[in-house]
Amino acid sequence: MRLSRRQLLQAGVAGSLVLAGGGWLAASRKTLPRPGGLRFLTADDAVVVSVLAPVLLGIPEVPRAAVVAGVDAAVLSLPRPVQAEVRELFDVLAHPLGRRWLAGLRDDWREATPQALSGFLGRWQTSRLALLRSGFQALHSLIGAAWYGQPASWEAIGYRQPQHVMERLP
Amino acid sequence: MSADRIPDPIAEGLARGWKVRDGATLAEDLQLTADVVIVGTGAGGGMAAETLAQAGLDVILLEEGGLHSSRDFRLDEARAYPALYQESANRKTADKGITILQGRTVGGSTVVNWTTSFRTPADTLAWWRTHHGLTDLTEAALAPWFDAAEARVGVADWQADPNPNNAVIERGCQALGYGFGRIRRNVRGCWNLGYCGMGCPTNAKQSMLVTTLPAALDRGARLLTRVRAERLLMSPDRQRVEAVLGQALAADGMTPTGRSVRIRAREVILAGGAIGTPALLLRSGAPDPWLRTGARTFLHPVALSGAVFGTRIEPYSGAPQTVYSDHFLHTQPVDGPLGYKLEAPPVHPLILAATLSGFGEDYRRLMTSMPHLNVLLALLRDGFHPHSPGGQVRLRADGTPLLDYPLTDAVWDGVRRSWLTMAEVQFAAGARQVLPVHEQAHPVSTLAEARRMIAELPLVSGLARIVSAHVMGGAAMSVRPEEGVVDSLGRHWQLDNLTIVDGSVFPTSIGANPQVSVYAFALRAASAVRHRMKA
Ligand SMILES: Cc1cc2nc3c(=O)[nH]c(=O)nc-3n(C[C@H](O)[C@H](O)[C@H](O)COP(=O)(O)OP(=O)(O)OC[C@H]3O[C@@H](n4cnc5c(N)ncnc54)[C@H](O)[C@@H]3O)c2cc1C
Ligand code: SF4
Repeated sequence: MRLSRRQLLQAGVAGSLVLAGGGWLAASRKTLPRPGGLRFLTADDAVVVSVLAPVLLGIPEVPRAAVVAGVDAAVLSLPRPVQAEVRELFDVLAHPLGRRWLAGLRDDWREATPQALSGFLGRWQTSRLALLRSGFQALHSLIGAAWYGQPASWEAIGYRQPQHVMERLP
Repeated sequence: MSADRIPDPIAEGLARGWKVRDGATLAEDLQLTADVVIVGTGAGGGMAAETLAQAGLDVILLEEGGLHSSRDFRLDEARAYPALYQESANRKTADKGITILQGRTVGGSTVVNWTTSFRTPADTLAWWRTHHGLTDLTEAALAPWFDAAEARVGVADWQADPNPNNAVIERGCQALGYGFGRIRRNVRGCWNLGYCGMGCPTNAKQSMLVTTLPAALDRGARLLTRVRAERLLMSPDRQRVEAVLGQALAADGMTPTGRSVRIRAREVILAGGAIGTPALLLRSGAPDPWLRTGARTFLHPVALSGAVFGTRIEPYSGAPQTVYSDHFLHTQPVDGPLGYKLEAPPVHPLILAATLSGFGEDYRRLMTSMPHLNVLLALLRDGFHPHSPGGQVRLRADGTPLLDYPLTDAVWDGVRRSWLTMAEVQFAAGARQVLPVHEQAHPVSTLAEARRMIAELPLVSGLARIVSAHVMGGAAMSVRPEEGVVDSLGRHWQLDNLTIVDGSVFPTSIGANPQVSVYAFALRAASAVRHRMKA
């Protein structure tokens, strides 16, 4: 999917907002509460992850809380400078301006339809802007890894650890 | 039941009194002295440690990763990647175009590598002699070092049949008339499991963790884990390293605890791996009059191709790499259009999920086809073609390294050709569908369709999935100080008592999986240090 010139201009504006403005967006959100157990994702970030997960994974019934917890753990295992980039990504997505102009979503994340969410993922996946492509990559690998790193996901893909070895681990 | 449990040689060594300290639990700053300090405990560090400890020298090893052993290796990606890899197996180049796998644990990348064992190819050595002036690097001169390295880590022919994932290369190449061969492996008593990338649970893989490091520790070497070498302290005339300054890291392996370690030693050996070693030199402001430090860092950029078969492949099961093809390393001159080596990677759920392109229903369908999925990879030989100069290691504001590796047209050209070759091999082996790993690719059922699609795929970073598990260069051997960082024995051109023994010394990529090259060159460099110190 190609972005129109208008969209590109908008994305350009918003793109520089990501680069330069992550800081002030973040500053305005520092005090947001984190839901129980989460150490990196804020409540707003958790909403973004939980609405995107079923669409990105193609699994409508995926246990969203498990994916959110997995993403939280995955980000915490990244080095600080990379965590800071993920912070900016979520700050931008969760911010109404970022959602509207960068993600291209009119409605709040909670209200966005699967079609709209899928449209957003597709635009970022193949965007002309490296920044948005890398935003897609980050969401893709965080959410993909968070789910498929969990044993609960394995049955559906026909994967099993070798039992004869598992039994002999110390 | 407990008699059946797999033993843990590290726990046994610790019980015997190995001198190991965990930086995370250091309660005070340390000031230590030794004959030799070695930074990094991977392929190069392990070999150097054994060589020097056995010569009766007092050795201290610094490792930024933790001490993890077979009891911690649970065949579980979600545990293994954060514990055993740099940046949780998610290290990226500056433009995020390439994902780099490197180990960060006692034993370094050898703990997580896939046991594929090749010597430095003859044409690579010939190139180093003719184009880099390293005339002493003849096959005959190096043979004893390769012999010693292979003997130490048990490199031998692999007797079992290749798993179906590797058999695809054999079948496909046979049908097409492309040359192929079987891969030798550094294992003893391997269970043919396929979990090498998460740490070998049976201690069959002859990584540094179960070979040279235990030998050095038995000889009294001291090991400091979760201590990152932060800076080298230079003598006032800037001709020697006087001490290595380390920072203790918390249990997360990242956060400095505030405790520091200062080690004075006669000789300093760097073995933090490519990226790690140049970064340490850059952080230290080491003399670098010709700006060679961190330059020409190579990756063997890897392009990937998936294929769905009607039969079961189970790419997660069985020795990970057993068949290769070098056919396309020899179809053009070594400095011509980039050649590539074909191999198959092990595939497990988490890494597959992170590496596959796409999202939604297509992505789910591919994930659920995992038992029938074959994946091939093409390792591009970078550093020979004039337009594949590799990358440059830089430092982030917090001092951690970042590799800037622009994907040039010469590399992209190789990526496109290799996708087509892989599709060809996969179809010839009986694949139903083939998918080059690219965000705009879709599974195709015929070679003609594959050819059309591959010709059109935009070669853009972040669309094509490029990965690397082979980081080389950045502190190259050279015959003149203006062309590299060290001489052909790894000795730093400006700092007399500093020797580099890891993958950063290679002046180009190796053109084959690099572990045996690192072992052999490290043995050779470390034995030169030993002679110098005994003199
Ligand atoms: C997943 C994977 C699969 C691979 N498969 C194969 C294979 O099948 N065959 C093959 O030939 N090669 C393979 N390789 C590559 C091979 O293992 C490496 O090329 C080789 O181990 C490099 O050796 P090295 O000494 O340069 O660095 P490493 O073995 O990476 O060791 C470097 C060590 O230094 C530590 N370190 C870095 N900086 C510092 C610092 N400042 N202070 C303290 N410690 C530091 C790191 O934590 C690390 O433990 C694979 C690599 C990976 C990651
Ligand atoms: S395949 Fe062999 S070497 Fe690799 S993890 Fe399994 S037992 Fe260890």
